[in-house]
Amino acid sequence: MADPKHNGGGTPLLEVEDLEVCFDTEVGTLTAVDGVSLTIPRGRVMGLVGESGCGKSVTAYSILRLVQPPGRIRNGRIRLNPEAGDPVDIAGLRETDELLYRLRGGMVSMIFQEPMTALSPVHTVGNQLCEAILLHQSIGAGEAERLAVGMLERVGIPGAADRLRQYPFEMSGGMRQRVVIAMALVCRPELLIADEPTTALDVTIQAQIMDLMRALQAEMNTAILLITHDLGVVAQMCRDVAVMYLGRIVERGTVRQILKTPQHPYTRGLLASLPGLSLDRPELPSIEGTVPSLFEIPPGCPFHPRCPFSLEGTCDTGAPPALRPPLAGHEVACLRAGELETAP
Amino acid sequence: MSERKPANKPLLSVRGLCKYFPVHSQGLLRRRTRYVRAVDDVSFDLHSGETLGLVGESGSGKTTTGRVILRAIEPTRGSVLLTRDDTCVEVTTLGRRDLKQLRTQMQMVFQDPFSSLNPRMTVGDIVGEPLVIHRMAKGRALRDQVVTMLERVGLKPHHRTRYPHAFSGGQRQRIGIARALIMNPAFLVADEPVSALDVSVQAQVINLLRRFQRELGLTYLFIAHDLSVVRHISDRVAVMYAGRIVEMAPTAALFERPRHPYTRALLASVPNPDPDVPMAPTIHGDVADPGDLPPGCSFHPRCPYATEACRNEPPALTDSGHGHQVRCLKPLEPRV
Repeated sequence: MADPKHNGGGTPLLEVEDLEVCFDTEVGTLTAVDGVSLTIPRGRVMGLVGESGCGKSVTAYSILRLVQPPGRIRNGRIRLNPEAGDPVDIAGLRETDELLYRLRGGMVSMIFQEPMTALSPVHTVGNQLCEAILLHQSIGAGEAERLAVGMLERVGIPGAADRLRQYPFEMSGGMRQRVVIAMALVCRPELLIADEPTTALDVTIQAQIMDLMRALQAEMNTAILLITHDLGVVAQMCRDVAVMYLGRIVERGTVRQILKTPQHPYTRGLLASLPGLSLDRPELPSIEGTVPSLFEIPPGCPFHPRCPFSLEGTCDTGAPPALRPPLAGHEVACLRAGELETAP
Repeated sequence: MSERKPANKPLLSVRGLCKYFPVHSQGLLRRRTRYVRAVDDVSFDLHSGETLGLVGESGSGKTTTGRVILRAIEPTRGSVLLTRDDTCVEVTTLGRRDLKQLRTQMQMVFQDPFSSLNPRMTVGDIVGEPLVIHRMAKGRALRDQVVTMLERVGLKPHHRTRYPHAFSGGQRQRIGIARALIMNPAFLVADEPVSALDVSVQAQVINLLRRFQRELGLTYLFIAHDLSVVRHISDRVAVMYAGRIVEMAPTAALFERPRHPYTRALLASVPNPDPDVPMAPTIHGDVADPGDLPPGCSFHPRCPYATEACRNEPPALTDSGHGHQVRCLKPLEPRV
């Protein structure tokens, strides 16, 4: 490798610019991610929220180039600026580039929603953990095993040395997710992509895993891109949040800005429809209609058919509104953002 | 409109309901080695027009409880009394024919709107099937009833001829609700009816269920793991752990003054969407395995307050006044 250049705290770890991901299907091309730009500074936790089909997982998968055909990255840049080493444009790499294999599980790793499908059922936990270590670090098998045991202990698995010889089916869901986290963090990645890491778990176990992720994040200073639909998880884990709807980011800001003073009507609707917040009201506020199919993305602002504030002739024509800042660091893709009352 | 008459006999009275699944050994003989106590000594009353929320983590027995009450699964023992128009039926001992008759009064809405609808049947056939099975309508009358029902759940008459794949999750759940309600039942078991749905759609389906309850005086057993949804829709809530009800109380009392350590831990584990409300310390350990329960109180290995007595003595469900029942030797004092 070329002379490792040290990047100062100034350059963000990850810069995604104008990412477009589409899927070529028999009935036409479907745009799942439409011009998404994201910046993740080093050591920060960023949440990417939205309902199913909004493109949050496809965005995350694109960062590791895990989108499978018929999906493809049509446009955009995914720039990773590692602490040591040259910046990489992941979107520009060839599918078979050696660098891609070194990135995956090395500098950037991923946690998936369902721990059982993320682990191989026919290999022991120890084999899978050591494989990850040996792929990325030039050390011997004995040393790798010691590292694996240390990591399992760190994620709170009792009797780690014995657990190495177990298969995933011999463990509970919470334990499996701990193994997945251990595997993701054992090579000390600079960026961790976590796709709904606690959704498949029971609440008391979810709370344990969230505790663990927070502790490890603080200890290792790993940046996390957390994909979730649960606004409670976002509130407790993230510093920054981006809200997606139909393949576009519609609002972006700090967790307090988004959850306490949401500007976009969609974000407001999502927060208002949480049952806990409207105890005394007999009817739960809900967002009209359903998320349209990606084949029928409405013209103008994609949210306008469901928006209680949409204006005829303004919101339903032209290009979708771009993100613009009404407040410092808080961006909204809504033509009427400035006019609407703040606070839900 | 129905009015709640708590003085009257409850619509549904469940007593000592148990469902043990045998576990067989490997090998030729397949001897019974032990039992999984999926539902163990569950008792509660449900009055007409009331909603009882049943919460618990996976494997706590909440779904099995719902299914045993409907006799979708045969109970091991216990009693389920259904009282309607002063006639009282013991559900657990009914014969086949009577059971079929009973199904017109007790219906179910399932969690997964994708697997609970037959992909080869049109929506009209799915919603109308109960009427056909029970020979309650045919021909034009059947079609009219189906169309009326579809409109009441917020779908269009022309949806009748489409197949389930053409609908979104929320719309499919509306189809499932239409199928359950077309028999005009008195009692509905809703098993995680909104947990597969997105938040914005979830609110629509909850509102629909509540509207039907107001209009038809329906009685719900609402099974869910999402505590905020349960809090919103239920009059009373029962918390299950390892097959047993560990606490049951009117909704406000349960959420504001939980007395069982498990209930308190469960409530504290829900991440608050307000970033300024920090999370409470978590409880350690995994959910108890109903096939291999610890002696004494099933929760004691995870309980921060467990004493020697908790390890030996299984606690009974006791009433501490105002309909608040707790299964704990040393229930927590309400926090001020």
